[in-house]
Amino acid sequence: MRPDPIQRIDSTFFWEGCERGELVVQKCEPCNKLWHPPRAICPQCHSTEKTEEKLSGQGTVLSWARQVRPASYGFKESPWIILVELDEGVRFVSNMESETAPEYGMRVNVEFAETSGGKAVPVFKALPSSKNMET
Amino acid sequence: MVAESQQACIVGIGQTEFSKASGRSEQQLASEAVLMACQDAGVSPHDIDGLVTFAIDKSDEIDVMRSLGCRDINYATRLPQGGAASVTTLVHAKNAVESGMCDYFIIWRAMNERSQYRFGQSHHSLSPDAHSSTFMEWCFPFGAQTPAAWESLSCGHYMNKYGVTSEDLGQISVTFRKAAATNPDAFFYGKPITLEDHQNSRWIVEPWFRLLDCCQESDGGCAVLVTTRERAKDLKQKPVPILGAEYSMLFNHEIISDFYEGDLLTNDISLRVTEKLINSCGIAPKDTKVAMIYDNFTPQVLRQLEGFGYCGLGEAKDYVADGNLELDGATPLSPNGGLIGEAYIHGINNITEGVRQMRGTAANQIENAQTAFLASGVAGAIIGAA
Repeated sequence: MRPDPIQRIDSTFFWEGCERGELVVQKCEPCNKLWHPPRAICPQCHSTEKTEEKLSGQGTVLSWARQVRPASYGFKESPWIILVELDEGVRFVSNMESETAPEYGMRVNVEFAETSGGKAVPVFKALPSSKNMET
Repeated sequence: MVAESQQACIVGIGQTEFSKASGRSEQQLASEAVLMACQDAGVSPHDIDGLVTFAIDKSDEIDVMRSLGCRDINYATRLPQGGAASVTTLVHAKNAVESGMCDYFIIWRAMNERSQYRFGQSHHSLSPDAHSSTFMEWCFPFGAQTPAAWESLSCGHYMNKYGVTSEDLGQISVTFRKAAATNPDAFFYGKPITLEDHQNSRWIVEPWFRLLDCCQESDGGCAVLVTTRERAKDLKQKPVPILGAEYSMLFNHEIISDFYEGDLLTNDISLRVTEKLINSCGIAPKDTKVAMIYDNFTPQVLRQLEGFGYCGLGEAKDYVADGNLELDGATPLSPNGGLIGEAYIHGINNITEGVRQMRGTAANQIENAQTAFLASGVAGAIIGAA
């Protein structure tokens, strides 16, 4: 089964969000800028006042991969891996839950998958009936 | 610019045999390679006073000193970014000897990455708190756990946008293996491949990497000795000057898991390195005669050709198809066969080959090569003929 996420002090808020079923991202309180991956302080204004912003969960597939050899460790079958850009402009590595290979430019929406230790990670499914964006 | 007498020059190179089972420790491979570089130059290892390798090297500074009897090190550093730092080592070597900090500076890298561990497989034993660990923390729970998977994600947008096909990538592998086939030191000596072989090779990571798009996992060690032109006068080899050496780490960028900044099309880092090189030594990479371009995976060659100014954005596949990288082309690519054809000593075997090209002693010698370009994505160096 899927491995648990690696939790670090500066990223725990993200994985806790997943357990609540929310896709969140680090936001700098004074300058409102979103940052991923999370970081200790805001690289723009250097404020330590971090908060989190809930994202729409909708995005576009920029790239995909599937490990054939070796297969992905901890998984029954190697998953479709995607690089997704959320509509808010933040990018994540995630998975596509699908029978067939992802397509470049495919519109997707977030869901959450359980891990072997009962944690949660964001995964994506194709948005029905939406036209794929030009990439 | 330093006085000519103080200019940093490569005066010794060493490399063990390249295999899949060295039969000895990585510490021994490191020691042998450093010893060979010193013997090549005519320098006692006892006089080495500067050392550099880079992340994920298991042999360390103390091992090297203990085995070789180095008496007193003035400067030792270990660079971030793994193989992308292979050419960055030259920046440190150049600065160390030109500043007067070190007299005899050694670059080394040794690995049993095939027999002792599998460098290209899942890195689930790496600490999540390792340097630049987003390739673990933000990839691992999604099954993106190998260098080929990270690379596939980071190149995919480019490949799709510019219509690069698996056959385009195959042509790059064919070029490397053709050169390796006539290099007796190459693991794939005498074993060229066809485009058909490439297309028939098994998938490693869909949709971009077949087996023959990936560099090797190799056992072996390499070392490079740098000193000033003045000291080189008393040594055995004609010195190979380091005319320029630059690197760049840009905000929010990474190496292989470089997903979070820029448009994923333009090679911002290599472009910046090119700018710095032209400013520092007045020579552009494309004006040199040999292109030693880091080839962990075939798309890296395309992206670096564009970043280092050989051609424009999206044009690299055509630049390759036009034959520019052939041994008799405009800018021959890695005449040793590169990391795909010769061996993967994390990039340092491309530096030793660049030096042989400048000495005129390479197996696949490029005629009248007065300068060579050494590149590892985030770093570039231009060396001159001995």
